[in-house]
Amino acid sequence: MSGNDTLLPGRPGPQRRQVTLYGLTWSMPIVIWQLIFFVFPLIFLVVLSFWLVKNYRMVPGFDTINWVKMFSKGYFWDAYWRTLGYAGVATIVTSILAFPCAFALAFKVSPKVRRWALFFLIVPFFTSYLVRTYSWQIFLNDNGIFNTLFAFVGLGPFQLLNNFFGTLVGYLTLCLPLVVVLQLISLANVDRTLIEAAHNLGCGRLRTVFQVIIPLAKIGIILGAVFTFILTFGDFVSPYYLGGSKPPTLSILIIDTTKSGQQWPRAAVVAIVMIVTLLTIMFASVAAAYRKRT
Amino acid sequence: MSQGNSKSLLLRGYVVLVFIFVFTPIVTSFIFSVNSDRFPTIPLGHFTTHWYETIFADPDVWDAFRVSGIVSITVAILATFIGFCTAYTDYRYNFTGKALYLSLALLPPTIPLVIMGLAMLALLARINMSGEIYSIVVSHVVLCSPFAMAVIRMRLAQINPDLESAAWNLGASNWRAMREVIVPFCRPAIASAFCLTAAVSFDEFAVAWFVSGLNKTVPVIILEILQGNTDPQINAIGSIVFITSMTLVILAQLILMRKTINQTATGI
Repeated sequence: MSGNDTLLPGRPGPQRRQVTLYGLTWSMPIVIWQLIFFVFPLIFLVVLSFWLVKNYRMVPGFDTINWVKMFSKGYFWDAYWRTLGYAGVATIVTSILAFPCAFALAFKVSPKVRRWALFFLIVPFFTSYLVRTYSWQIFLNDNGIFNTLFAFVGLGPFQLLNNFFGTLVGYLTLCLPLVVVLQLISLANVDRTLIEAAHNLGCGRLRTVFQVIIPLAKIGIILGAVFTFILTFGDFVSPYYLGGSKPPTLSILIIDTTKSGQQWPRAAVVAIVMIVTLLTIMFASVAAAYRKRT
Repeated sequence: MSQGNSKSLLLRGYVVLVFIFVFTPIVTSFIFSVNSDRFPTIPLGHFTTHWYETIFADPDVWDAFRVSGIVSITVAILATFIGFCTAYTDYRYNFTGKALYLSLALLPPTIPLVIMGLAMLALLARINMSGEIYSIVVSHVVLCSPFAMAVIRMRLAQINPDLESAAWNLGASNWRAMREVIVPFCRPAIASAFCLTAAVSFDEFAVAWFVSGLNKTVPVIILEILQGNTDPQINAIGSIVFITSMTLVILAQLILMRKTINQTATGI
């Protein structure tokens, strides 16, 4: 079997469609693995949501009672809107806080500094989020470092932990570096001549940022926002350990329902509602990101 | 012009502030891991290695490091292999349903970890496969392969497609061209993907917490200490975890950066 019989690399055009052992060897591992250990568990979750729990044991069946029960509970809807609101606020705050930083790194520093900045922004994404959360507890608790410092100047104590502020600090820890990176990549690719053109045509600095640069860097900004939304919507660490866990978000609800209540089918209902919400928001934003400006 | 300068000074100051915010929790953890006070406050107590001695005397911690080591190395091997296969498929072939294929490959990181944990636990418990080391491995490979694929795909984007065709024209089979052209070219990306996926697996706590049972990994131990009271041990374990994962990630980036620079310089 000669290589010339199969498709040429990276070259669109007339192609012979031919399934070879060689092609299957490389294309199939991910399909097999993800179908068995990713798609199948998620499908099973849907099936599970129709099962019943009797005497602390799950019984296969087809009953909509879990859905009816969950949807009729006030605390479920409270948690739903709360989680949506938390993620929404976190997305807006993170995007706004990240932008000046990404902007400065894209336009105001040398390429060398930019490379190192990128490097240092990527590293924390792969380091323990749990330990970083614990560190913030040290800073934010009632007699923590911040309140000690405030006391020196005669202020406080402020409650910084076990409320939404604490949660938000955790969300920022999780998302801010990543969002800066995504915005930075998009901003660095903005055509400089367009910015000069705007200046030459008498467009002020601030107006150039809002009317020229931001629209041109739209994809990175939206992508950063989508990632923040996905990560914060599903995160349980910040609302639990920095936000005080009560009232719960959907992720905390899943954990409580699974770990203490044995009510896996009801947890599955919450999980499916979360996935549907996330997919809807993801597709809507990606469509918005790639839509041509009219 | 001086107004412009002061503005850009302000911007630079803001950048520094962002970096302080990002690295404060990391540095803090190291400082308090060698601080003598039971409760972390300022002013600091004196230097001590007590917390490190405590955790190293704890067999549970040793066990957790053993489990984490086994899991992350196995996951890195499998995820890098699967990621390589997928990246090569994406690079070389066009076929109907490719968009679906790629979303199947890249979607897992967008599903919240709690949900992945619940789904894996529900399924594995049903077929009596939960609570084992391999339960963690199979779930982590799902989460890590997309990262491996992304790193290797970026490397393949730099290859000259004529190299592979040239090998075929010289009579090499597909397999031989793979072995002697593609794999050597991707070697730095493969090494980098290995380190990166090992780091992701080593840090992952949510799915591991759901499916691990008694085979706790290090992050699961940290999670359990977090649920209890303030305990400086967590800073000691945390610092070791930080050093491990940062070493892996920095290694991954250095391998990738150095090779790329060398080859641009020599014009390959």
